[in-house]
Amino acid sequence: MHEASLAGGVLQLIEDTARREHFARLLELRLEAGQLAGVDVRALRFALESLAPGTLLDGARIQIDEPPGQAWCMGCAQTVAISQRGDACPQCGGHQLQPTGGMELRVVDMRVADD
Amino acid sequence: MCVVCGCSDNSPAHARHVQQAGGEPGVVTVNPASGDLHFGAGAARVSVPGMSQERAIKLETDILGANNRVAQQNRAHFESHGVTALNFVSSPGSGKTTLLCATIEALKARDPGLHVAVIEGDQQTSFDADRIRATGAPAIQVNTGKGCHLDAPMVAEAFAQLHSHDHAHSHDHAHDHGHHHNHAHGHGHGGRDLLFIENVGNLVCPAVWDLGEAAKVAILSVTEGEDKPLKYPDMFAASQLMILNKTDLLPHVKFDVARCIDLARRVNPAIEVIQLSATTGEGMDAWLHWLDHAMGHDHHHHDQEPAADEAALRQRVQQLEAELAKARAALSAA
Repeated sequence: MHEASLAGGVLQLIEDTARREHFARLLELRLEAGQLAGVDVRALRFALESLAPGTLLDGARIQIDEPPGQAWCMGCAQTVAISQRGDACPQCGGHQLQPTGGMELRVVDMRVADD
Repeated sequence: MCVVCGCSDNSPAHARHVQQAGGEPGVVTVNPASGDLHFGAGAARVSVPGMSQERAIKLETDILGANNRVAQQNRAHFESHGVTALNFVSSPGSGKTTLLCATIEALKARDPGLHVAVIEGDQQTSFDADRIRATGAPAIQVNTGKGCHLDAPMVAEAFAQLHSHDHAHSHDHAHDHGHHHNHAHGHGHGGRDLLFIENVGNLVCPAVWDLGEAAKVAILSVTEGEDKPLKYPDMFAASQLMILNKTDLLPHVKFDVARCIDLARRVNPAIEVIQLSATTGEGMDAWLHWLDHAMGHDHHHHDQEPAADEAALRQRVQQLEAELAKARAALSAA
């Protein structure tokens, strides 16, 4: 259930940005939670929705992108797609994989209104 | 702490927000008290001159950034105090506390000058800290309430506690814990302190939180099942070492050690493995040896098996080669 703490972190980021950029309303929020980031996107969305009432998240549209997992296969010497850690290389079936993408966990951008 | 949002409000009114949180995917439900905030998709693009000025703000900020900043401060702090910090992660009941107690006792006999302290994370009770204190080592219990993991600020606070408590009577240095680090105020025994951080028993959440540790150490007991590394891959991917504990029970359980190690290496090809029993002491030497290395004590091995070291080195070389190849590919693509 660490998605709850992550949602708290997202709200903190939004509030800090609101103070800095002086906006009144958050219209849309775009997050990235990579396939290998160790985050359940549904749980994260639920946590954000739970947290929303009475905060800047209230009424905002939340989009969560899931960049695909990527790894460098040492056997094939190339980048391959994996959907979770522990997956075999789709080319050679080996497990000498070093994740290189899909570990993002960040707030990408937001659309806000000043009124 | 509220389990939903991580805030400290435990009031019933707050708890209600959990129930309010249904809603269709992608749209946060609107607080009835402020209906004017309701914002349908599409309508967002209707601009009403003089009323609303919309703009985009690009952030590209790490959600864990705040935690990671504190973790980096912890890391610098540990370094300046000559402390090697290890973050112990596992499911509940794997024998973390027993292993820590056995380790502290073994280190006392082997290396009496070594200073060992413990930060204990649990949702409730101070049972574990009490067990550690019984060994004579200083310990601070951190109760997370409903929280499922330790975070960097908790560790920062616990370390400050530990430090002021402990050093009030065991060392007589009086530097300001306010805290202006000049990185010169050593204790006269650089790299001679160990800090064990026992995380909340949980094989999922603690994987994501950097506490400022030198390494995460995953503990898996042979009573848990050999497929845990694949079932909870994030934790084993984040750990530098896997300790297979309770090996004295191997004759009584169905646990395929080789398969377990194989599965762990699938998620983390570079993970090191030590098998031991904290209760019988079997395998403890290899663990104490690992700790020595973690503290940066280089020494030559004559009778130790060089094969394991060599394998680890080869692994590292492979990793670096992969990174190099990737960098080259990126360069040529640019």
